Amino acid sequence: MKLFGYKPPFTAWVGLAIIAIFIFVAIFADFIAPYGEAESVGQTWDDPSFANWLGTDNIGRDLLSRLIYGARMTIGVALVTTILSFFIGITTGFMAAVGGPVIDQILSRLVDVILSIPLLIFALIILSVFGSSITTLVLTLAILDSTRVFRLARAVATNLAVMEYVEAARLRGEGLWWIMRREILPNALPPMISEFGLRFCFNFLFVASLSFLGLGIQPPFADWGGMVRDNGKAISFGIPAPLWPAIAIATMTVGVNLVVDWILSINSRPSGASAEM
Amino acid sequence: MLKTIVIRVALGLLTLWAVSILIFGATEILPGDVASAVLGQGATPETLAVFRHELGLDRPSYVRYLEWFFNALHGDLGIAMTNKRVIVETIAPRLTNTLFLAGYAALIAVPTSVVLGIVAAINEGKFIDRFVNIISLMTISVPEFFIAYVLILYLAVQFEVFPSLSTVFPEMDFSEKIYTAALPAFTLTMLVMAHMLRMTRTSVLSIMSQPYIEMAFLKGLTRSQVIVRHALPNAAAPIISVIALNLAYLIVGVVVIEVVFVYPGIGQFMVDGVAKRDLPVVQACGLIFAGAFVGLNTVADVLAIMVNPRLRHPR
Amino acid sequence: MTRTSTETILKLTDLRVEALSGAVLVDNVSLELKRGEVVGLIGESGAGKSTIGLASMVYARAGCRITGGKVEVAGADVRALDADGRRERRGQRIAYIAQSAAASFNPAHRLMDQVIEMPVSHGLMKVDEAKAWALELFRALDLPNPDTFGDRYPHQVSGGQLQRAMAAMAMSCRPDILVLDEPTTALDVTTQIEVLALLKKLIRDYNMAALYITHDLAVVAQVSDRIMVLRHGKMVELGETAQILQAPKMDYTRALVAERQAADKLAIISAASQAKPVIEAHDVTGIYGTFTAVKRVSITVARGETVAVVGESGSGKSSLARVIVGLLPARTGEVKLHGATLAPDLKGRTRDELRKVQLIYQQPDVALNPRQTIGEIIGRPVEFYFNRSPSEVKARVAELLRLVGLPEDYAGRLSTALSGGQKQRICIARALAAEPDVIICDEPTSALDQLVAEEILKLLKSLQDNLGVGYLFITHDLGIVRRIAHRTAVMLKGEIIAQGPTAEIFSPPFHPYTERLLSSVPEMRTDWLDDVLAKRLIKSA
Repeated sequence: MKLFGYKPPFTAWVGLAIIAIFIFVAIFADFIAPYGEAESVGQTWDDPSFANWLGTDNIGRDLLSRLIYGARMTIGVALVTTILSFFIGITTGFMAAVGGPVIDQILSRLVDVILSIPLLIFALIILSVFGSSITTLVLTLAILDSTRVFRLARAVATNLAVMEYVEAARLRGEGLWWIMRREILPNALPPMISEFGLRFCFNFLFVASLSFLGLGIQPPFADWGGMVRDNGKAISFGIPAPLWPAIAIATMTVGVNLVVDWILSINSRPSGASAEM
Repeated sequence: MLKTIVIRVALGLLTLWAVSILIFGATEILPGDVASAVLGQGATPETLAVFRHELGLDRPSYVRYLEWFFNALHGDLGIAMTNKRVIVETIAPRLTNTLFLAGYAALIAVPTSVVLGIVAAINEGKFIDRFVNIISLMTISVPEFFIAYVLILYLAVQFEVFPSLSTVFPEMDFSEKIYTAALPAFTLTMLVMAHMLRMTRTSVLSIMSQPYIEMAFLKGLTRSQVIVRHALPNAAAPIISVIALNLAYLIVGVVVIEVVFVYPGIGQFMVDGVAKRDLPVVQACGLIFAGAFVGLNTVADVLAIMVNPRLRHPR
Repeated sequence: MTRTSTETILKLTDLRVEALSGAVLVDNVSLELKRGEVVGLIGESGAGKSTIGLASMVYARAGCRITGGKVEVAGADVRALDADGRRERRGQRIAYIAQSAAASFNPAHRLMDQVIEMPVSHGLMKVDEAKAWALELFRALDLPNPDTFGDRYPHQVSGGQLQRAMAAMAMSCRPDILVLDEPTTALDVTTQIEVLALLKKLIRDYNMAALYITHDLAVVAQVSDRIMVLRHGKMVELGETAQILQAPKMDYTRALVAERQAADKLAIISAASQAKPVIEAHDVTGIYGTFTAVKRVSITVARGETVAVVGESGSGKSSLARVIVGLLPARTGEVKLHGATLAPDLKGRTRDELRKVQLIYQQPDVALNPRQTIGEIIGRPVEFYFNRSPSEVKARVAELLRLVGLPEDYAGRLSTALSGGQKQRICIARALAAEPDVIICDEPTSALDQLVAEEILKLLKSLQDNLGVGYLFITHDLGIVRRIAHRTAVMLKGEIIAQGPTAEIFSPPFHPYTERLLSSVPEMRTDWLDDVLAKRLIKSA
C-alpha cells in the first residue's frame, strides 16, 4: 500500500495506527469512557476488575476513564502548542532569512539568548510568575519552543533564498511576499514536516513532565503526566497505577517517532560505512 | 587560535550577562507586579504597599536588577520570600548533591554511549546498529518518570536491591551515597545515553561519507585503521559538542528525577520555589542552571576549536 | 608510448556493477591493460567510467555492488580473494588518484603522514625509507620546498599542489597500475596543463600502466595509448588513440569527436550589426565587502550580437553580470539601457527595465523551482510583465515550449523529472517569455554533457537569428567563444585586459595572458601537450 507516493515500512504503519487510535480516543472520549472524568467509583487503588479494567486511582476514580479523557487534554495541549510554535517560528524564521540583515541580527541574537537557558528552567521561571492556567502553559511553551522552529526555518529559508530560482524571481521584480509564499514556502515545507513530528513529541513529553511536577495541567482535568503524579506513591506498594498513563505517553511518542523515522529515511542516503570493501 | 578562544569565552560571558537580564526581566513582564500576584485579589492597597516596600518593589526595576546582578556576582543570591532564609545557605549543600548525582550519571553515560555510538556507526545497517537504534529510540520516547517508576518497581519494590527514596544526608560516607543515589543515577544515565548515542552515531556517519574515508579504503587500510586514524580524529570535534550538549541536557533532566526520588538537590528546590511562587529562589536557581548550561557550551566550543586542525595550524 | 610490453597487468572480464535499486551502472565491460600502457576511459556523466575505475580496485561505493565478472591483477583473480587479499592489492599494486584532492586528503593529518601511510601500513617500507622515497617524489613532481612540503596540512597548500601530492601518495608503494579519475578537471586551465604534463611524465618514467578517466577527448588524447568510449555503462568502442580520433567507427564516437573538433576552430561569424547598443556598462566597479571583484569595466551589447566574456574562475566575469542586472550595485560608473541610465540597485529599476535584460544560469537544476510546474515557471513572466489572461498565458507557454524544442504537454509537469539539457531549455523559455532585448548567459552549458551543450548552443544561435536577441555570454570555455561570439572580452582579476572582434582576439599579436590562456586549452592533436611544453621551455630559456 502506498501513502503520498511512498511505501511505508511495517514500523511506519504501526506508528500511523497508534496515532490514529489515540486521536480517535481523544476526540470521542465522551462516548468511549465508561465513567465520567472526575467521577468517584470506588476506593483508593482498587485492583483491576470487570467494572474497572485498570482499577481505580488515588481517590477512587476509574483509571481507564481518566486515561481516555487524559488523551484529549495531553495530546490536545501538545498539538495546539506545536501548531502555534510552528506558526510563530516559521513566520519569524522566514522574516530573518529574507527580511535583511538588521531584522535577522535582532531575531537571531534574541533566540540565541533564549536558547542558552534550558527550556524547562525558563518555563519554570515564567510559570512561577504567571501561575499555571492552560492558556499560560500553551503560550509559554509555544513561544519558547518556537525558538527551535525559528532556527530551522531560518536555516532552510536561507538556503532556499540563495537558490537561483529565487534570484530569478527577484530579477523579475517580484515582491517579498510573493517570493516567500510561492518560491520559498512550498520548498521549505517537506523538511519541516518531520520536524513537526519531533517538536510535537518534545512538547508532548514536556507538558507531561510539567504536569508531573504539578506545574502543568491542573486538576480536575485528567492528563497523563498529572495522573502519574497522583498515583506515584502506589508504586511503593507494588501497584502499577502510575505506569498506565506513563505507558500511554510512551506509546504515543514511539508512534510519532516511528513515522518521523520513516519520513526522514525517505531522503537519506547510505553513507560510506556501508560501501563494498 | 588563542584569539578565537578568547573571543568564544568573551561571547560566553556576554551570553551569561544577557541571560541574567532575561531571567530578571521575565519576572518583570507581569501585568501589575509580583506583590499583587502573590497576595492575590483580596489584598488591600495598604498591605500591598507594605509588601512592595518589603520586597523593594517600589524602586525602579533597573536599580533592582543592578543590585541583584552585582550581589549575585559576589555570591549573594538574596533571601527566600517564604521562609526568609538566606538562599545561598540552602542552595550550597543541595548544589553539591546535584553535582554529585549529575557527575555519577555522566561517568557511566559518557563512555558507554560514545563507544556504543561509534560501534553502531561503523556497523551501519547491521544487526547491532539496528538493535541499538531501536532501544535508543524507545528510551528517547518515554518520559523520564516512566523509566524511574519501572526501575523502582523492579529494583526497589520487587527485588529490594536499591532504596526507592534517595534522600542523601551530608553525614553519609561516599559508598553509602553511591548506593542511595543509584536509582536516580541509572535513570539519568539511560535518559542521556540514548540521545548521546544517536548523535554520536550520526556525527561519525557524516564523517564516514567523506571522500577522504573512501581514499583511505582505497589505500588498502583495514577497517579499524580507517576508523582509528582517519575517522575518529575528525569526529572528535562533533563528539565533544554532542557530549557537552547532553551534559547540559542531563542538568535539566535532574529536575524531574530529583522530584521522583525525593533527592535533596537544587532541582527539587526550584520546583518547590515555583509551586510556592518564591521568586528570589526561582531566579537564583534559574541563574545557576543557566550558568551551568552556558558554561558547558562554552567549554565544548573551546575544545572543538582546540582540536580543529585548520585553526591549530593556520595558513 | 613505446614501452608497452606484452605482459597483461590488469584484466577486467565481463565486469558488471549494479545499484541497490537495480539500475545497471556497468554492463559487461571487458578490458586488458598491459604494463607501460595508458588506456583512456571516456564518456559523458553516467557513462560508468568512475565506477569501472573503482571496480578495478574491487571497490564499490555505498549503494552499489559488483555483481559479476572477473578482476585480475597480475594474473590473480582479486574478486575471488578474501578481504585481506583484496586490501593487499589496493595501494600496493593498484593506486587511485581522485578528482578532488582537497576532499580526498584527511584534514587532520600532515601531508607527509598521509603520503607514507600506505607503504608503512602495508609493511613494505620503514618510516625513514618511505619518507626518503616521498621526498624523491615531491621533487619529481616539482613541488615547492620539497623538504618541508610534507610538514604542512592539506588546507595549507594550493589545489594544484594538493593534486600533485595525491599523485605522490598514489606512487608511494610503487604500484603497477594507476587509476586516475578526472585528475585535472577541478583545476584552472592554466594549472591543469602543468599537472597533466607531470602525470604524463610520472607514468612514463616509472613505466606504469594507467586507466585515465576523463570526459575531455583532448585531454585523453595527450596521455593515452588506447581509448575506450563508454555510454550508459556499456562499451561503445575501444581502439588506438589515433584511430578513435581520426577514424571513429561508431556514430556516438563520431559525434563526440566532431563536437570537440569544432571547439578548436574559429568559426567565421559575420561582423556584428552596427545597431546601437542595448545595454552599456561604463566604468563599473563591483565590490563584495572588502573584495573588489570588478574594477572599472566597460562593455556593450547590441541587438543580434553575441559578446563573450572569458576568463578563469575568480576573474570577475560572473560578478560583472551581477553588476549589470543590479544584484551587485555598481560603486562607480553607470549601466545604461537604450541610452537611459539605470538605477544601480535592481530595486530601483522599473518592471519594463527589468523585463528587457534576462539571465540564464549555469546550473539549470537550481534555477528552476522544483515545486512549480513548467507551465507556472514559463507562464509567470508572461502574466507578470504583460498582464495576459490565463488562456492567453497558456497559449504563449505552448508557443514558447515549441520555440525551445520541447513538447507542449510538458507544461503540466514538474521540472525535476527532466534531464539537464531539457531544464536549460526551460530556463531559456522563461527568459524568452519576457521578450527581452538582451539575455545574459552565465556559463549556460558548462554543467551539461558535451553533446547536450552543443544542442543548447545551436538553439541559442537559431533564436538569435530569428528573434534578434543579443547575448552577453560568460564562459571559461574558449571553444564556445570561438564558435559563437562576434566580440570577445578577456577578464583577469576583475579587469578586462583585451577586448575586440573575436577573430582579432584569437590571432596574433596576443596579450600575454590571452596567449597563455589559449595555449592551455588542450587540443585534439596527440602531440599538442609536447608542443606546448616545448614552446614554453624555449620562451623561459
